This record gives sequence, C-alpha cells and structure tokens, in this order.
Amino acid sequence: MNAESAPRRNLTKYFNFWNFVKYGSLLLLLVFLVYPFFSVIIHSFLDSDGGFTLASYKTFFTKPYYYRTLWNSLATSGLSTIFAVLLGVPLAYITTRFNVYWKKCINMLIIMSLMSPPFIGAYSWIMLLGRNGLITNLFAKMGITTPPIYGFGGIVLVFTLKFFPYVYLYVSGAMSSIDRSLEEAAENLGSSKLKRVLTITMPVIMPTLAAGAIMVFMSSLADFGTPMLIGEGYKVLPVLVYEEYMSEMGGNANMAGALSVVIICCSTAVLLIQKYVVARKNYVMTALRPPIVEQLTKGKRILLTALCMLVAVIAFLPQIVVIVTSFIKTNGPIFVQGFGLESYEKIFYKLSKNITNTFLFAIIAIVIIIVFGMLLSYLVVKKKSKISSALDLLLMFPYVIPGAVLGISMLVAFNKKPLMLSGTAIIMIIAYVIRKMPYTIRSSSALLYQIDPSIEEASINLGVSPMKTFFKITARMMAPGVLSGAILSWITTINELSSSIMLYSGKTATISVAIYTEVVRSSFGTAAALASILTVTTILSLLLFNWVSKGKVSVI
Amino acid sequence: MSHSVKICNVVKRYDDFVAVNDISCEIKQGEFFTLLGPSGCGKTTLLRMIAGFNTIDGGKIYFDDKVINNIEAYKRDIGMVFQNYAIFPHMTVFDNVAYGLKARKVPKSEIEPRVLKALDLVQIMNLKDRKPSELSGGQQQRVALARAIVIKPGVLLMDEPLSNLDAKLRVQMRTIIRKLQRDLNITTIYVTHDQEEALAISDRIAIINSGRIMQVDTPATIYKKPQNTFVAGFIGTSNFMDGKIEQIGPDGVARIKLDAGFEFSIKLKKKYEGRVKISVRPEQFIMNDSGESGLPGEIQMYTFLGDFANYEVKLKNGQIIQANEYTKDIDFVREIGHKVNLGFNPEKVSIFNEEGTEVLS
Ligand SMILES: Nc1ncnc2c1ncn2[C@@H]1O[C@H](COP(=O)(O)OP(=O)(O)OP(=O)(O)O)[C@@H](O)[C@H]1O
Ligand SMILES: [Mg+2]
Repeated sequence: MNAESAPRRNLTKYFNFWNFVKYGSLLLLLVFLVYPFFSVIIHSFLDSDGGFTLASYKTFFTKPYYYRTLWNSLATSGLSTIFAVLLGVPLAYITTRFNVYWKKCINMLIIMSLMSPPFIGAYSWIMLLGRNGLITNLFAKMGITTPPIYGFGGIVLVFTLKFFPYVYLYVSGAMSSIDRSLEEAAENLGSSKLKRVLTITMPVIMPTLAAGAIMVFMSSLADFGTPMLIGEGYKVLPVLVYEEYMSEMGGNANMAGALSVVIICCSTAVLLIQKYVVARKNYVMTALRPPIVEQLTKGKRILLTALCMLVAVIAFLPQIVVIVTSFIKTNGPIFVQGFGLESYEKIFYKLSKNITNTFLFAIIAIVIIIVFGMLLSYLVVKKKSKISSALDLLLMFPYVIPGAVLGISMLVAFNKKPLMLSGTAIIMIIAYVIRKMPYTIRSSSALLYQIDPSIEEASINLGVSPMKTFFKITARMMAPGVLSGAILSWITTINELSSSIMLYSGKTATISVAIYTEVVRSSFGTAAALASILTVTTILSLLLFNWVSKGKVSVI
Repeated sequence: MSHSVKICNVVKRYDDFVAVNDISCEIKQGEFFTLLGPSGCGKTTLLRMIAGFNTIDGGKIYFDDKVINNIEAYKRDIGMVFQNYAIFPHMTVFDNVAYGLKARKVPKSEIEPRVLKALDLVQIMNLKDRKPSELSGGQQQRVALARAIVIKPGVLLMDEPLSNLDAKLRVQMRTIIRKLQRDLNITTIYVTHDQEEALAISDRIAIINSGRIMQVDTPATIYKKPQNTFVAGFIGTSNFMDGKIEQIGPDGVARIKLDAGFEFSIKLKKKYEGRVKISVRPEQFIMNDSGESGLPGEIQMYTFLGDFANYEVKLKNGQIIQANEYTKDIDFVREIGHKVNLGFNPEKVSIFNEEGTEVLS
C-alpha cells in the first residue's frame, strides 16, 4: 500500500459532498424529529414539578373519560376500514375487469376525493345531513326524520368515503398486474368465475389489499379535523390530545404527551404488522399479458357505469357542496336565498393573511422538500450504508406520527431558548417539511431505482466529478419523479390541518386553520369560500400532477 | 499518445472473498489487450479497478510511470464503453458525444468538428440529432464508442460491449472496434467471456480464472501452447488423457505410456517424473482404419458438420474422445461401431504435470 498518501486520501474522502449531505441531514433530523419526539415521551413520564411519574398513564388506563377515546378511535378506524374494503374492492374489480364507460373520469373523481382538504367531508355532510342540513330539511318537509349525522355514525361515514380510495387505488393497481395466464389456468381446470375470483384473484391481491386497508386505518386513526367537527360528544384520541394540550397550556403537556405515545404505539404496531406479516408474501408480478377486460352488453355496461359513477360522485360530493355553498348569499353568518360573492368578499377583506400564509409557507416548504428530497432519496437508494438506512427509517417515521402529535412534540421541544420557535412561521414550515417530504422521497426513489448506475459512471469516466455528475445527469433524470412527488407534497401541505392547528399563532394561521375556526363560529359561508380556494388549487395541482407524471406515478 | 498500463500484484477483496487475487501484467502502448475468463472470475472487477470505480485493496496500477491508485475516477483520463451502453437518455447523440469534451473545457469551435469526426468514424453521422430512445441497440453501442474515443483517452476500457447484440452485428461491430483502435492507436483493455471474439480481436489475451491470471499470450500461442489444463480446456476443445513417464533419457527424451494403451517418445523441456496429463485437440488426431501407431478405439457417434465431421471414439479404457476429420480429405463415412486407430504428432500436443498446472513439452 501507499503509506504516505493513504491518510490524505481518507481525509478527502471523508469531507466529500455526500458525506456532508449525509451527516447534515442526519443532524437536522435528530434536531427536528428525534429530539422533539423524545421530549414528548419524556414529558409523558413527568409530573407538573418535573419529577418522574406514571400518573398520566395510570389516569389514561383507569379513567373512562380517557380510555374510552382509545376504544372510540379503534372502533371508528376499524369499522371505516371494513367499509372501505367492502366499497373499494368491488369497485376496483368492476373498473379493471369490465368495459365500463368513463374509467378515467371515475378514477380522477376518486383520486380527488382522497386529496381533498381533510375536514371538507365532515363539513359538507353536516351541510347536507346535519341539524339544519339541506337533505334533513327536505326530508323533514316530507315528514321523515333522518338519523343524526353527529357522532360515531358520521365519523365512520366520512372516513369511509374519504379513505376508501386507498383500497380502490391499491387494489385496481394489483388487479391489472395479475398475469392473464393465472386466471386462464384456473379456467382450464374448470373453476367457475366466482370460484376463480375467490380462490385465485383474491389471494393474489391480498397483500396489496392489506396494504390499502392499513392506509385507511392509519389515516383514520390520525385524522383530527373530521371527528373534531362531526364527532360532537363522541371523542377520539387525536381530539383528546388537542383538548388536553390546550387545557394544559403553559407547556407541561404531560397528559397530552402520554396520549401521543399511546397513538404512536397503535400506529407503529399496525405498521409493523404490515411490514412483517403482510409484506412478506407479496405475489404481485409485472403482468406480461394484462388481464382480459370483459366486454359487456350495452345494458349491463350502462348499469355498471352508473353504479361506479354513483360511488365516485358521492365521494366527490363534499367538494361540490363546498363550492356551491361558497356562492350562496349570506347575511352575517346565515345563508339566505340566491347566489352572490359576499363570502369571497368577506374572506379577502378579513382573512387574506391566512391565504398568503398558506401559499407562502407551502412554497417555502416545497422548495426545501425538493432540494432535500432529491439529495436524500439519492443517498438512500444509491449510497447504501448504515447511516443512509437510518435516514431512510427516520424519514418514514412521519408516516406513523399523526400531525397533532408532531405538532405537540415540536411545541414541547422548541418553546425555550436557544431554539425558541413556537408561534413562528419557521416551526410551521419545519413541520410541513418533515410531514410531507416522504411523498417526494418515495416518488424520486422509485425513479432512481430505474436509473442504471453505469450512466453515472459513464459521466464520471468522461471527466465530470461525482458531485457535478449528480446535478448534470442524475438530477435531470430524476426530475419527473421529484416533480410529481413535490406536487403531492404541495397538495397535502396546503391542506394540512392537524399540525397547523397545534402550531399556529395569530400571525401564522393558514387557510385550513381559518376554515376550522370559521366552522366553529358557525360562519359556514366564509368557511366554504376558503375551502373552495383549497379545493380548486388541489384540483388544478392534481391535473398538473397527471400531466407531469403522464400517468406513470401513482398518487398513493 | 495513449499510455502503457502496468498492473502489479493487484488484489480486490469483498469481505473474505478474494475477487482479484494478486494479478500482474503489462499492457504495451497501443496494444489491444483482452481479459478473458468464465463468468464470475473477476474481469469486471479488475477493469473497474483500472477505471477507478472499485478501490484497490492491494498492489499498484501504473499508467506509464505514474501510480494511479489514488487518482479519482474522473481524473484518470480513461474512455470506457459499458455493457449496457449507459447513454445519457436526456441528451441527443451529438450532446452525448460532446459531453466529455465540454467537461474537458475544449473550446466550442473545436467541439463540433471533433464530435462529427467521431460520429463519422463509427458511421452514425446521420443520427446526430436523435434521442437515445430512438436508436437501435447497435446504434447505441456506436454512440457509446464514439463518446469514449472522442476525448482521445489515455486508455480505452470496454466491458463486454458486444454481448447485448445479435451474432451478426457482433462480428460487424468487433471489426469496427478493431480497425478504429488500430487507426487511433489507443491502448485498449477489453473484457469478454466469448473466446472466439477474444481470439479474433486481440493482440494479446489474459486468461483469468478465480481471480488469477492463468496465461498471457497472443491468440495463436494461447490456442497452440496452453500453459496449463485450464487454458487448454477453456480455449477450444481438448481431449485430456492420463499417462505415465516410463523412463527418461539423459537427453531429456521421455517415454510416455498412456493409460488408454499407447506409447510414444518426446523430448521434454522440463525435468519431470511420474504421472502426466496430455491434451490433444480433436483436429490433431489422424484417423486410420488400422495400424499400430495410435490409440485403438471404436466409433460411438458421428456428426456431420459440413467442412468437417466430428466423431466420438471410445478408447480401450472406456474414455470417450472427440476427434475431427476434414471432409475434403476423405470421401466416405466411418460407420458407428467401426474400429479405428487415432494417431497424433507428439510434437504438437501438450503434456502437463499430473495436477495440470504446468506444461512440460
Ligand atoms: N460488490 C460485490 N460484493 C461482493 N462480491 C462481489 C461484488 N462484485 C463482484 N463480486 C464477486 O466477485 C467475483 C467477480 O465478479 P466480476 O463481476 O468481476 O465477474 P466477471 O468476471 O466480470 O463475470 P461476468 O463474465 O459474469 O461479468 C464474483 O464472484 C462476484 O460474485
Ligand atoms: Mg463482468
């Protein structure tokens, strides 16, 4: 070996660009993700004087007021998951296996309902079926009383309609990637069609279905806006976390911390089940010959199309309701006959700050997400090491943490010097970056896996340094993946409620926070106008996403 | 002017596994040098060490008199052609070829003529504005080649550049590569596991097995004078037969008795006693209907292959031997079951020690 030059080489190797990125991001994640998270765990074991105690946990597991919320959360999430499967699977089967009309349109409607602002569902169903709802009043005139929408039933209805798209999208993806030969083989063996579906098709898509179902469960478990609006007396965990934290003001957050730990335990358990039980047996293959799409007679075709359209439209209904109500004339907070632009006038007059906040924070967050998402996905995919797998694991962590919990942990961690961030725009932007970066990372990683390593080597070989090669070649090739991921990050950022509601202060309130407060004040017109701004931006962004990804990248 | 390359006791380890085990060889300036060996023997690993994509765990590599071990890959002044071409998909053919020149800060006015000349050399001038997705495999290969030579590299490396092409195109491309390499006089290290390709294209070949060099020689010497049984068996077809040195004279002439029942004398270059292995190529046998000087056997199988016929002959000790006979030399077919006598010229066959690691003749 070259004794004299070896140490120098190690030194330059150590200070190269990628190590800088690697250790830099690790440091940032430790400060802004791991540290807050541990702060919350530690707080959950403290009493108000700062001594160690298990009192919070004891209270939680002994007082019905607390432990019932855990049960409520599991019950609403569990039941919504079951309904989502019952709705999503047949719908996926029909649209992938039969020649129904307007498949693209049905798909788009379903994707849009998944991407809608989180509480619009609850809000709209209240507008329709609530105490003074459109349909309620209609039926009341005919002398029929509709069942109340508030509480358990309403939460399950909204969760099911909002999250069944996960099941639908996952399963229809799997359905169309089963090779034709598999089902043909069963047909040859004389199985009837139903038997074939039950014994061949279903088992093959089972792991994918499970993955979709788990997404429904986790999203329901973490959702804050829906149960807050429509739950009324029926409390679920995230709502309790919020209320506890608000009442514990002064920043102890002991009980809220304990509740957060309980939620994280639940979702981590579910995620582990998915990783070790379900993901183990994944049979989905790339279909050489995609399955046959059955040609139906005209009558049946129209019937099935109508059925699918009905489901898609009901899922999309909240957004229509919101847009329509935003144009109804109001008198103060009360709707009156006729259409007008008062609601919009009001928000531009009163709430324009929220609108600029939303877009400003989201744009800053997205720029950071794009830069870091690109570098980090490259590290994780192409520079495998212990640290990069640690980064990978940390980056997936925000999937498990509900927004309200992330919000609390950041408040607990950053409410004192040297990092006094609570109440600032910075803390909100950091929360958005951490929570929404996984979308960008996942979609850029997917693209990176397809880039042949020798392409980069070819560039290096031609005399371009590895760092320049990354920017000249790799980054360019990753661009479509990064861009489509970034659009998803963008959509979910502008619609983010659960962490914003914990972190906002008067100056930093966003549109979603304003919608929430307006609804609480029963100012439905302005809430609808604000929500319409979000919905329209979301729809436009989704169209852009479709155009950028050319249908090659899935939103989920 | 391209470099000579000197590889000295080079080692590459993956944990406990030694992929390149103490390899040494010298490649002359302007030489076409081929690394040939079975899959997994370490050819790619060695090539990537020269390119700078694999670290060197032991030994040194020199370009001319300069050790390159610690020079970064992008500063090594190497042109490389990859097995899967590695064309930049977002650039046109022209921009792909110009890429290395731009990186070298070649003046703009010079770039265009040089790129066009390189494209002309590989005969794809007309495709210069195409995107890679609009090219066939063979055309992409030409782009890769043009991109590697346009920078006038000190050393040109190629890792199985033709293995993704069909047989006819492969022959066509290898002629182009060889001609180009001669005209430009670039030191070239070429990796392949196709022995026919290696024999056809190379000035010299290094045969590698399990991370070690077995022999370095010109194609003709490799074929005619294999240094060990691995090379004899890997290049072309060889029949191996066991035997024993019966007696050895003071002049070095040994009397060798084969187990299959035939004795002959030959002058050995090395002193050796005991059991030996001899290797005879199928076309080295002289087939007779009868006669004493040769191995007696019986024809088991006959395959007509146009310019020659291949026989499987069973010897007295049960061993099956491949023997070829040119069809222009005979005008009849030897039937299955026919008794024959297989003679050979002892001067032409290879005689090895018992382990097959050393040639004696
Ligand atoms: N990154 C690695 N880690 C561990 N072992 C490796 C690695 N890369 C290569 N090897 C091993 O080193 C040996 C040599 O590999 P190499 O790629 O050089 O073979 P090769 O001669 O090019 O074969 P082929 O003709 O199939 O391309 C193989 O046994 C391979 O399994
Ligand atoms: Mg190889």
